[in-house]
Amino acid sequence: MKWALAAFLTIATAVLVAFAWLQSGGLKQHAMFSAATPEEAVQALISEIRARDYPQAYASLDRSSDTDLASFTREMAGSDGSLRTYSSLQTAEVSPLHADQDQALVRLRMNWSSALGSLDDVRDIRVRRNGAIWRVVWPKPAFSTVPPQVVSVNYLRWDVLGRNTSQNWGAQDVDSPKVRITSMNAIARPGRVVILGEVENEDTVPAYLNVNATLLKADGSPIEEEGSFDLISHVLLPKQVSPYRIDFPGVRMDAVKSVRMDARALLVPASADPVIAVTDQAVSKDGLNRTVLKGELVNQSGRPVNIAQVLAAYYDNFGKVIWVSDGYVDQALMPQVPVAFAVDIPDDIAGRLKNYRVIVNHYSRASN
Amino acid sequence: MRRILENGFALFTRFTVLALLCGSANWASAAELQVPAVVEAGRGFSISVDGSGQATFYLVGPDHLVKRTVSLGGDLQIQSSDVRAAGRYQIIVCGSSCTSATFEVKAAQPAHLSFFLHPSRVPVSSPDSIDASAFVFDQYFNLVLTPAAVNFRITPASGTGFSRQVMTRRGVAWMRLNSTPHEGRVQVTAVLGNVEEARVIQQVAAEACGLRMKTVASGNRVTLETDPVRDCSGNTLPDGTIVSFTKIDKLGKSTVDTPIKKGIARVQFSLHGRVQISVACGVVLGNEVALNGGL
Repeated sequence: MKWALAAFLTIATAVLVAFAWLQSGGLKQHAMFSAATPEEAVQALISEIRARDYPQAYASLDRSSDTDLASFTREMAGSDGSLRTYSSLQTAEVSPLHADQDQALVRLRMNWSSALGSLDDVRDIRVRRNGAIWRVVWPKPAFSTVPPQVVSVNYLRWDVLGRNTSQNWGAQDVDSPKVRITSMNAIARPGRVVILGEVENEDTVPAYLNVNATLLKADGSPIEEEGSFDLISHVLLPKQVSPYRIDFPGVRMDAVKSVRMDARALLVPASADPVIAVTDQAVSKDGLNRTVLKGELVNQSGRPVNIAQVLAAYYDNFGKVIWVSDGYVDQALMPQVPVAFAVDIPDDIAGRLKNYRVIVNHYSRASN
Repeated sequence: MRRILENGFALFTRFTVLALLCGSANWASAAELQVPAVVEAGRGFSISVDGSGQATFYLVGPDHLVKRTVSLGGDLQIQSSDVRAAGRYQIIVCGSSCTSATFEVKAAQPAHLSFFLHPSRVPVSSPDSIDASAFVFDQYFNLVLTPAAVNFRITPASGTGFSRQVMTRRGVAWMRLNSTPHEGRVQVTAVLGNVEEARVIQQVAAEACGLRMKTVASGNRVTLETDPVRDCSGNTLPDGTIVSFTKIDKLGKSTVDTPIKKGIARVQFSLHGRVQISVACGVVLGNEVALNGGL
């Protein structure tokens, strides 16, 4: 009887310890530190990143990784109010590219979800065998830094003093900015009609702009009305030109007789800074063999830009806008530091494009 | 909204009163009321009412209604405050029978101008681009329909001013103006008698003209700087206007949209081999520059 009680207590303790081990992620940790294949090693790392357990993820990396915990955390979790800080890892696909006895190269396609849509992050990573266990070799991210300096910014800013509403009818007021749609093109895409083109602020003051389009039937009755939403630069400085794109999902081109365009502009306070240079733009293929427009963004001001959106307009031989695409950059644009971007181009458009133009929308936290 | 409700209530009251009176009054036996055909707004007057005893007096105007008990056989005073709104009025006096008369109240002398000058900003040298419209009102804000001469005085920031006289039609005087070739404030004043209303319009530079940039080499970087960006009349484009620089080299295309500061747009590019650089402002293209890296 005494032995039975002792055996029961021992077994119960062992069960509780095992339960606690499982609860504390022991199974995952075991998987991570006992990955038998390169894919398992990457999957285990991804599950830790998804759980935002960066110290644990870092601990699972191969010792030959030349990154450190702070850099790894900054790379994965984002910093400086960038879009990555508002994102979470949704899915990750791992596909082997090459493998031998001790080393493997795998392609990792991470899909991050954010309030502004999903963002793809594709990278080829090395996995190394250490005894019976495979571990990921994570390269040190290249965070460029600029030397400490004072950046003088004599920035321009427009403020608006509106009319006092208590004043009489006919009292002096300031007009809304004059904007002009300089081009408009309606194209049929699979499952939708797309209206795209360019709009210019012709005025000498900044404009907050919305472009709407209404598709009309042959009898003049409307089919549908849509706005350009985020496929436009809403704030246009004097003489600035922005592409726009308006999608009409579920509408067939043969049902459309004409299009009514409406560009509405409001006079808003605005700043002419920051200036963001778009450098080294080139059309190429990415790791997934998609046609992309790649380049780098350089924030030329002295303040960080937290979230940047790249808008690209593509032209054919005749200078007609044939497509407009966009992409968000999940890193903050620190002053003077180049940040890479890539926006998708549909293959049929890539075959016809002759020229392109890129502009950048930006958002900066006021507290920065 | 309040005014609409007040007017609606007045009209409702007016028609109710008229309906009641028409239903009960003996119009055929009523004495004639002698009222002036036309009265100036805000000017009281009197009418004589025959008969004796007490009667009920109604004054039905476009925006209000008056009811009071009056004594017949004397003069009936219409207060100036009762005839401030221009339009058609009806007087009804009901004793043993009812009688009525109508008269017109016309706007008094011009006392206010509502002046619209549109747009508030206009590019220089644009024909018929400025609209000036003056609405003439009396002191009670009735539109003065009698033709009156409104003098538009135009005073540019530089150069000599001029004026133009326009007669009102149905209470409105309007004219169109060309903008002058020089940027700056233009004051337009509408004058009628001793009433003046001034508005200011900003003449701004038009599209860029003859846009040119020059290069300043510095090692493997080049600074591009435009000449002062001006329109075809020689006015400097305002600071903040965006100028786009585009560089094409073996690494691809680089673009910078930079605002004009102190009349000049400036940007710096790195050089890698042979490069071609162009400049544009809005839809206006400037010159192109071809350079070899290393300068």
